[in-house]
Amino acid sequence: MLELQKISYQIKGGSREKILDHISLKFKAGEFVAITGPNGSGKSTLANLIMGIKTPTEGQILLEKEDITNLNITKRARLGIAYSFQQPVIFKGIRVYDLLCIASGELISPETAAKHLKAVGLKAEDYLSREINDKFSGGELKRIEIASILARDAKLIIFDEPEAGIDLWSFDNLVKIFQGLKKAGKTIIVISHQEKLLKLADKIVVLENGKIKYQGVLTKTLLNLTGDENGIN
Amino acid sequence: MELTDEEKQIFCEVAGTFEIPAGAYNFRVNGKSIGRNSTNNIDVKPKKDKSGLDIYIKAGTKNEQVHIPVAISATGLKEAVYNDFHIGDNADVVIIAGCGIYNCGPSDSVHDGIHRFYVGKNSKVKYIEKHYGFGPGKGGKILNPTTEVNLGKNSIATLELEQIKGVDSTIRKTTAVLENYAKLFVKERLMTHGRQTAESIYEVELNGTDSTTDIVSRSIAQDYSKQTFKATIIGNNKCRGHSECDAILMDQAEVHAIPALDAKTKDAELIHEAAIGKIASTQLTKLMTLGLTRAEAESRIINGFLK
Repeated sequence: MLELQKISYQIKGGSREKILDHISLKFKAGEFVAITGPNGSGKSTLANLIMGIKTPTEGQILLEKEDITNLNITKRARLGIAYSFQQPVIFKGIRVYDLLCIASGELISPETAAKHLKAVGLKAEDYLSREINDKFSGGELKRIEIASILARDAKLIIFDEPEAGIDLWSFDNLVKIFQGLKKAGKTIIVISHQEKLLKLADKIVVLENGKIKYQGVLTKTLLNLTGDENGIN
Repeated sequence: MELTDEEKQIFCEVAGTFEIPAGAYNFRVNGKSIGRNSTNNIDVKPKKDKSGLDIYIKAGTKNEQVHIPVAISATGLKEAVYNDFHIGDNADVVIIAGCGIYNCGPSDSVHDGIHRFYVGKNSKVKYIEKHYGFGPGKGGKILNPTTEVNLGKNSIATLELEQIKGVDSTIRKTTAVLENYAKLFVKERLMTHGRQTAESIYEVELNGTDSTTDIVSRSIAQDYSKQTFKATIIGNNKCRGHSECDAILMDQAEVHAIPALDAKTKDAELIHEAAIGKIASTQLTKLMTLGLTRAEAESRIINGFLK
């Protein structure tokens, strides 16, 4: 479904070594892949490259055999790629309802919008007409962010650390969302350290210093490497 | 009312309709009243000594509206109009003003609207003012509104002031004096483009015990336009005041924000906030990941911000 062919990324003029170094990966349709690894290993950069937020310095990205390496964010979004931000964005003047309409690509009914909010444990009457500003808590913003992804009917969804900032809303609900997306046949790429999310994945990719250290199923050894219950870090 | 297409467009933009509204009204076109109506509770009278109206709203008047839109479609017309609103006690009314200029000629057209409000005890007034300009002429479309608000004990005024588009130059002055428990809320929306200039000046005196004000101005400055925002809140008593200026800068535009607080007693609680910056790239990126083009994303952000 998605194929990364010898992808490298280096900041122009930067003295640092390659942030990503010849990464080749294949993602099958309907597959749930978790990408993990220590901070600075290049996980978020990889997610950015797939969405088109950054452009690789070398290599190719193929989506359903079409070369999308030089397509911009909008075009990739329209081809069915969705991206959930680690740090949700706030907007003065855009309401939760507006964002869900934009994400749906049309004017949706408040009932449909309410359905997306309910999936992330938010009551429509408390949220739909509110502006997405800094009056929301980090957890609320994160849930709105995830609702905006659910409102899109994307075939490939990238989640950058979906567990970050999740508040009292139980983690199990997040897991349920992933299970639902998986059942619906979506291809999912999750950047995460969370053991529970790693356990859901069909395949784990471990990145370290911009290279693939491991790819395959989750093993006990891999979990033990982490040393803490939050997974690999 | 006989109106040209341009005048109809002006009334649609500033008053939402060019049809005659229910209730009290005065429609002014090119310096003359072309339709006026009073009701049992609201008396709309032309001033004898100068151009403008005295509008008397009886005590206890509830859920009524007054429409006083102005259109200028003659190039080179310059006018100063004085409208005074005398609002009795315990009233609850909405006043819809606004002015639009269509200029197709070489000379500047100018409308200076001087509005004074005398709001009685326990009354509520909502004042909506929209300004708009268009037309192919080289002559300027210039609007200088002065709004003076006198708020009686326990009264509330909400001002919604909006300059939509096409106004070449504006100096907007709003002053207010508040008695005990009075409240003033201001929501200003301003957009400038081309080489337009806009100056928005507020001076609010919180004289009464527990009087409060909240002034929120959002603006977008595009192209080579220049804006200045000055808001002064003076706390003369136990009071609360807050002013906020939020501006989005685009292209080569400039915005100057000068918030000022003047607390004359330790019981005055005054806050100001001012933030100026370009559209955050993360906002554009987020909307593009939802399928909008960069231009569409920019337009959604601007329209939302000015809502």
